[in-house]
Formats: sequence, C-alpha cells, structure tokens
Amino acid sequence: MKIRLIMGAAVIAALTLAGCAANEKQETPDTQEQAPEQAPEQAPEQAPEQAPEPESPQAIAGSLAAGGASAQGAAMDAWRAGFQSVFPDVTIDYDPAGSGPGRENFAAGGFAFAGTDSAFALEDVAAGEFAACAAGTGIVEVPVYISPIAVGFNLPGIETLNLDAVTIAKIFRAEIETWDDPAIADQNPDVGLPSLDITPVHRSDKSGTTGNFTDYLAKTAPEVWTDGKVEEWPTDLKGEAAEKTSGVHETIVNAEGTIGYLDASQATGMGAAAIKVGDTFVTHSPEAAAAAVALSPIEDGRGPNDVVVALDRNLTDPSTYPLLLVSYIAACESYADPAQGSLVAAFLAHVVSQEGQAAAAAQAGSAPITGTALEPKAQAAVATIH
Amino acid sequence: MTILLADPAPTRAESAEPPADPPQAPAPPQAPEHPDHPDHAPAGRSLLAGTASWDRVADKAAKATSTAAGAIILVALAAVGVFLLAQGWPALRAGPDELPAKAESFWTLAGPLAFGSLWAATLALLIATPIAVGAALFITLYAPRKIRGLLAAAIDLLAAIPSVVYGLWGLMVFAPLVAKFYKPLSEHLGWIPLFAGKPSATGRTILTAALVLAVMILPIIASVSREVFRQTPPLEIEASLALGATRWEMIRMAVFPHARSGIVSGAMLGLGRALGETMAIAMVLSPTPFLMTFRLLESQNPNTVAAFVAQNFPEAHGTGVNALIGLGLILFVITFAVNWAARRVVAPKPT
Amino acid sequence: MATIALGLPATISLTRDHVRRGRRVKNQVATIGVVSVFTLALLPLVSVLWTVLTRGLARFDGEFFTNSMRGVLGEGGGAIHAITGTALITGATVIMSVPIGLLTAIYLVEYGKGPFARAVTFLVDVMTGIPSIVAGLFAYAVFSMILGPGVRSGVAGAIALTLLMTPVVIRSCEEMLRLVPQDLREASYALGVSKHRTIRKIVLPTAMSGIVSGVMIGIARVVGETAPLLLVAGFTDSMNTNLFSDRMSTLPVFIYSQWANKGVNAAAYDNRAWTAALVLIAFVLSLNLLSRLVARVFSPKVSR
Repeated sequence: MKIRLIMGAAVIAALTLAGCAANEKQETPDTQEQAPEQAPEQAPEQAPEQAPEPESPQAIAGSLAAGGASAQGAAMDAWRAGFQSVFPDVTIDYDPAGSGPGRENFAAGGFAFAGTDSAFALEDVAAGEFAACAAGTGIVEVPVYISPIAVGFNLPGIETLNLDAVTIAKIFRAEIETWDDPAIADQNPDVGLPSLDITPVHRSDKSGTTGNFTDYLAKTAPEVWTDGKVEEWPTDLKGEAAEKTSGVHETIVNAEGTIGYLDASQATGMGAAAIKVGDTFVTHSPEAAAAAVALSPIEDGRGPNDVVVALDRNLTDPSTYPLLLVSYIAACESYADPAQGSLVAAFLAHVVSQEGQAAAAAQAGSAPITGTALEPKAQAAVATIH
Repeated sequence: MTILLADPAPTRAESAEPPADPPQAPAPPQAPEHPDHPDHAPAGRSLLAGTASWDRVADKAAKATSTAAGAIILVALAAVGVFLLAQGWPALRAGPDELPAKAESFWTLAGPLAFGSLWAATLALLIATPIAVGAALFITLYAPRKIRGLLAAAIDLLAAIPSVVYGLWGLMVFAPLVAKFYKPLSEHLGWIPLFAGKPSATGRTILTAALVLAVMILPIIASVSREVFRQTPPLEIEASLALGATRWEMIRMAVFPHARSGIVSGAMLGLGRALGETMAIAMVLSPTPFLMTFRLLESQNPNTVAAFVAQNFPEAHGTGVNALIGLGLILFVITFAVNWAARRVVAPKPT
Repeated sequence: MATIALGLPATISLTRDHVRRGRRVKNQVATIGVVSVFTLALLPLVSVLWTVLTRGLARFDGEFFTNSMRGVLGEGGGAIHAITGTALITGATVIMSVPIGLLTAIYLVEYGKGPFARAVTFLVDVMTGIPSIVAGLFAYAVFSMILGPGVRSGVAGAIALTLLMTPVVIRSCEEMLRLVPQDLREASYALGVSKHRTIRKIVLPTAMSGIVSGVMIGIARVVGETAPLLLVAGFTDSMNTNLFSDRMSTLPVFIYSQWANKGVNAAAYDNRAWTAALVLIAFVLSLNLLSRLVARVFSPKVSR
C-alpha cells in the first residue's frame, strides 16, 4: 500500500517535471506543422471543428488576456475550446473576475475585451477612455448569449408551480412564509402544497443574476419589490444566502422548502416555477428567453456597434420568458495594437457565429442569439473590429 | 487508513517517553548520552583543519547570516503591517458608493464582521477544546501503548484535509445532516436566547460553521495537549497512583495542573486558526451583511472577516479592494492580539 | 488544589479495594467520557474521507493526471496543470522559506540571546497565527503596488505561502536543533573547532532528519491552502510553467473553481473537484508518512 502510494507520487512527480499536458500542444518548434492535426484529435466531442475564419490556421497566433462576468465562464470555455482547436497557436485566457472588474480592467487596458452581464453605461461609453483602443475610437458591445433565470424550489413530488411576479417578490421578501399560503395555493389549485416553511435562497456574492432577477421584480411587481435593481441582495431581507450559483444549487437540493433564483442551466434536481406572462404561466426555456429578447427593443442613444438590449420584463406574449439575463462582450472598435485587433476580431467572429453560439448553448445551456434580430447586428458590429 | 497501520509512532515527538509507566525510572528530557556517534568521529578529525583567522571571519559571517535571517522575520511582519495599512488606508475615508455591500463607512462594515469572526471562532473553540483535550487524554493515557502513534496520526489527519474540502463536505454532507437536529433543538430550547428564532431548514448556520471550524482546529489543540500531557513529570503520576488514586484522580491531580498553560496556548493557537479560516466558512455559512446576533440557528448569520474578503475579492475593484485589504489588517491585528494574550497567559509559568 | 485536598485523605486507605464507590464511578464515567469523546473526534474524519473517496474515485484515472482543462467541455479533462502549479508554487515556497527558517532557527538556538532573540521568538509565534487570507492580501498588496492592480502570478502565491510556511519550519527546526545534545557541541569546542564549523559539521547533520521531516510537515501545511492562492495566483485551464507571469492553477483552487464555475454537465465538474480533493489529501498524507519515515530511518540514534 505504502509502496504503491510512493510509486503513485513518483509518477505524479515525473509527469509534473515533464511540465506538459497531453491535451496541450508541445512547445517544441517542430510541432508547429503537426499542431493543427493534433488538436482536433484531442478535442472533446462537443467541440465544434469548423474554422470560424477562412484564413489558414497558422495565420493567427498570439495570446489574449480577457476577463469579466463569471457567469460567462462556461460559455467562454466553449468558445475558447472551439477557437483554440482550430488555431492551436492562440491562447486566450478568460479570467472570470466578475463583470465590474472586467469592465474596469478593459477600460484600463488590462483586458483585450471584457465579458459583462450589464453593458457599459452610456456616459462611460461617451467619455471614451479605453486604454487598449486606438485614440479617438469607440467601443463595440455585442450580446453573446441569452440565459434564462430559473426560480427553482425543493418540494417533494412537485415539479412545477405557477407563481406570478407579486407572489415571487413576496416570497423573497419573506412576506409569504409557508408553502400552503393562499397566495400560492390560489394559483395552483391542482397541487397539494405542504404546510412547510419557505426558505428563500439568494446569492451572498454580488452578481448579475441577482441584478436581472431584482430588475424583473422591480418592473413587474413594483409595489411589492421596492428595492429596485440591485446586484447585491438587500441586507434587511430575511432568507438564506449562498455563495455563487453552485452554492444556491446545493442549498436548494439539500433542503426541502427552499426556493431560489439561479441560472437555468444549473437548475437541475429541483422544481422550477412557471412565471406569469400576460395571462398564462410560462416555464423557462432557452427558446422562450430568446423570444423575449427578440421582442425587446435595442437601447436608444447608442452607436450602431453598441448593441445593447433594453429588456422588456412586462411582455405579455405567452411564448416569452422575460426573466432572463443577456450577457455582453465589450471590445474596441479599433485596437492600438493591430495584431491584437485582428485576434480579437477573429475570436469574436467565432463567438457570434452560428457554430460558436451552438457550442455555447451546448456547454452553458444558454440560448443562442442565432436567429434573433440580434444576430445580424452583432455580426455586423464585430466585423468592424480591427 | 490501512496505510497508517504500517507506520506507528515514528516521529521524535511520538517516541518521547510517555509518562504513564510507573516502573520506569524517569529520564530527564534531552538526556545527552552520545559523545561518540560513529558519524562524528571522522568528521572530528577534519574539523581541526582550517586556519584560525579564516575561521574567525567565517564565525562572524555565520552569526551575521543567521541573525539576518531572524531580522527578516521582523521585517516580514513589519512589511505585512505596513503594506496592509498603506493599501487599506484609502478605505477609511471611503463612502457607500465605493465600499463593498454599500456600507456607510469602513467601520460599519468591519465591526459586524469582526464580531462574526470572533463569535464563530469562540464557538468553535468552546466546542473543540473539550473534545481535543479528551482525545489527547485518550491517546496519551488510556489507549494501549502500541496504537498510540496510530491514533495520534488519525487525529492529525484531520489537519491534513484542505479547508476547501471541508467546505464541500460541510455544504453537501454536514449541513443537511445537522439541519435535522435544529428544528427539535429550537422547539425544546427556543426559550434560551441562543436558540431563539426560526431555525434554518438548510443547516447553514453559524453553529454549523462553528462545528466545521471545530473539526478543523481540533487536531491543533489535540496535538499541543498531547505534547504537554506527555511532559507530565512521571514521578507525580507514579506518586498519585501509588497513593491509590484512580486514573481520573491521577489525571486531575498530576496531569492537569501541569498541562493547564499548555492547553491554553494550544487553544489560542486553535483560536488564531479559526479566526483566519476562510473557504470552509465562505461555502458553508449563510451570511447577512451588517448583522450582529448571538442566535445560532437562524438563516441570517453574521459573516466573518475572512469569508467576506474571499467572497467579495473577485468582484471588488478600486476602493473596494482597499477596503478588503483594510479588513485583512483588522484580522491581522485581532490575531496578533490573540497571540499576545496567549503568550501572556502561558509565559508567567516557566516549565 | 481542591482536588488534592480531597484526594489525599482518601489515599490513606492505600489499596484500590477500599476506593470509595463514588470515586470508582467517577473514574468510570471519566473513562467512558474520554473514549466517547475520542470516537466523536474521529467521526468527521471518517465522514470526510468516505465522502472524498466515494466521490473522488470516479475520475481517478490516467486522463486526470495527464490532461489539463484546456479545451475541455463537460466530461474528461484533468488537473495536470493544477498539479504542476502546486508543485511549482510549493517548490518556490520551499526555496524561500527553508533557508530563512533554518537560519532563523540556528540563530535562535545557537546565537540568540537578549531582547532581539526574544522579539524574534515572539514574532515567530505571531507569524504562526497569521490567517492565510491575510497572507494572500499581503502578497496582493505588495504585487499590486509594484505591478499595478489585478496582477496575478505564481510567485505572488509563493510569497503568501512563504509567510505561512516559514514559522512552521522555524518551529520544527528549532525543536530539532535543541534536541542535539549539548555534549556534542562542547566536545567539538573542546577540540578547538570554531562555532560555525560545529554547527555545520556536528549540529546540522545530527538534526538533519528532523529538519527534513519538519520541512515536509511545513509543506503539508501550505499545500492545501486555498484562499491566498485564489486571491493572488488565480486560475487558468492551461498549463503555465512560468512562475513570474500569468495565472497559475493549483490543486486547492482547482477544486474550488471546478465547484464554483460549472458548465451544463455539473456532475463532471463535481467529479473533477472531488478527485482533486482525493489527490491532494493523498499527497498530504504521503508527505506526513514520508516525514515520519525520514525521521525514523535516517535519524542518528541520539535523542533517546
């Protein structure tokens, strides 16, 4: 036993000393030509194998440091994997540092582009101090995916509940405290609700998910939800706080009577609320979220390459699910460093391409912008990057 | 676990004479008895080589180098204080727009967090100390001699588990388990202010966090206690047993009086560790900013400094980072004070 | 004192047969208490190890030890980049903390007298108690002051860990050096050997096995640190062997990031996290065993 352990340690040490990962390209000069063949072979099944750009793979090389919204991490994995499998000499690091630091680092020139759950404010765009960009040029912002937010709960044997916005707001404000409260029961006459205490679960960290959830409540139930759109949960409300989406998920699946909001792709192993849209109740789905985005206008007052959606939370079309989050990437129109510019342009073209969007949808469970009115706008905006 | 069986009682500390062995004559600790170890005989000859003057220079150099190393410790600690102060300073004047959690001022943020840290660490200490002392007693004075090393290693193993693993375990396994006990606890003991309020259904309360912390600091307190129990003068143990004392009386009369200061310093070491524990708390606890409460079972709990820093650091920028560094300074000062206090408790008693 | 006052008269009866029933019961209660408390202390250990083993074995395979997470979506992938990062950062930590720690211990044992030595002893105690997150914040403060905000690198992580590991090394080396019998030193001085040669040729070789095992315990202490590395070394999914630039993954941070940033196939991320936990615990465990082995096998039989 001991010997095996020591041998195991030796193997690990040997591998470590070798300093290479089987799935990464070797940094020896002669692999330059082989690299493209090697990569798709090692790439996992889901990775898209098409070239996002007509150029030959060797044409693009270099590295990019980017960062921003942590919620974009999973989708970004898919885009980077797809892009890097075609261009093995490219390394793109995405630091899921959070939307705020992402925007700040991008403005300061630390990140080549930033992923963010909320676009730059208009005045920031107008002020136009972006270190990585060529002097006198603006920025490009494009939506990169749409992510429905689920209201998930843990009630044994109950898969779905009808909850209108007012009820959801009251639950999260601890104004409705038991599951068999008439306010819930009236909307769910066919469901046998237990007389269990409700434990609302929110994020303990600052997050875009909280921002979009509270924005939804503030616009659809303004008389109950009086805290407005906030990315940090109001401190005076009772309820359980959990770290990150994963913490919310664990908390809900591990205790009965809990209810929380989280990225729909992570809302597995729990029931999900159908929210009231117009006169019907709609469960979350990527399609319904995409439909909601399609019906929302583009925000006014921004340039043609600053594609930001003004989400309409009060939609009444029963095919839409307006409780959602749109994630953006912010980049320069024109980079001070042309090499960086062409790299960013190629990568973002992959991101908003049909293949890139499909890969992100498969990996992150988000809704692609493909097929919405956003797609041509985003692609046109990306095409201007240089 | 089977791996441990292969290797009992090996370290120097482990092999030091355990006290509970009446017939053996007490050897003074560190009895020197080896003037002629084979390794040193050949070395001794070559030692005489070398000129005296060079030797004197080298002697000075050696002394200077090792003193410099000591000075580095001083400088390093001073640097910790200075850098944290320098980087934390801007936060003291920051307003709600710049501070994490939109705090009114740095102090309204820091106060409740410091309270939370101290409260969670104190709870953990109250839970862990008796258990650790009991476990150390069992290992040094009750367990069969042959398996003592193994048992000690098992307790030490608790310290080998990274805190992020405790976090995962606490969140997925432990909290759901203890949550089952919280409801009856609050029903029957709800009249005690500590257990008042609506019990959390998920078990992610400050009590659970303190329990996880207790598990983490238990091996620290246990190993220090083991060490001091082992240093009980064997004569006193033998004397009390010879006078007909039961084992428990022997422990109370001979072992505890000598061990008290050691246990206190072990507990303080544990307290220091508990104050700084980060990931486990961040993952297990359900915190509410600015909350100060002694209640143990509610969903709303005070957060701790360390967990707050870890949770907010990724999203922090600008003055927010300064505020978090300032919080780090406060934690540093608290642990400094705890260590100083522990030294004061232990120091007067020369052993 | 009250105990002794009560206990002494009772002992006049001399034999255990006369021990009063109450005392015997008390003794038995104490025994049961001590045994059950010990068992209680072991329960969490068993539970944690069981959880880690049952969940961690799922991905304990070759791929885990040969692949990084670059380009991995959902299933598959491994932690070689994190294992490498842990090895590099821990190695750098050892390189920094062992010389400082050993020299400081030598200073305290062989030279240290007076207020400065007392101050160093006290500060080492304080340093032992530095919370790991404070060490991380310190490293961040230093590097962000020099290189600007938001900088992440392996060496910053190593600085933070050095702050945590050095006092452990000092403490154990000090203990080991003090165990070297004074006779050995005096014999050496009597032969006219200078002090530094005595230290180099007599004291250090005698204490070497203890020092080595002390260093290993120090490594075991820092290798599982998460919070400071999360702050200053960050994480990446690619191999990075350059300590001085860019983010570097480490095993503990790998565990956290796998748990915290999941894709659609959450189980795959959880499995990788648990396997990494298993690897980390196995590593710390084998270090502990190895240090005991070193202490036993190579130790000159002096300290008995």
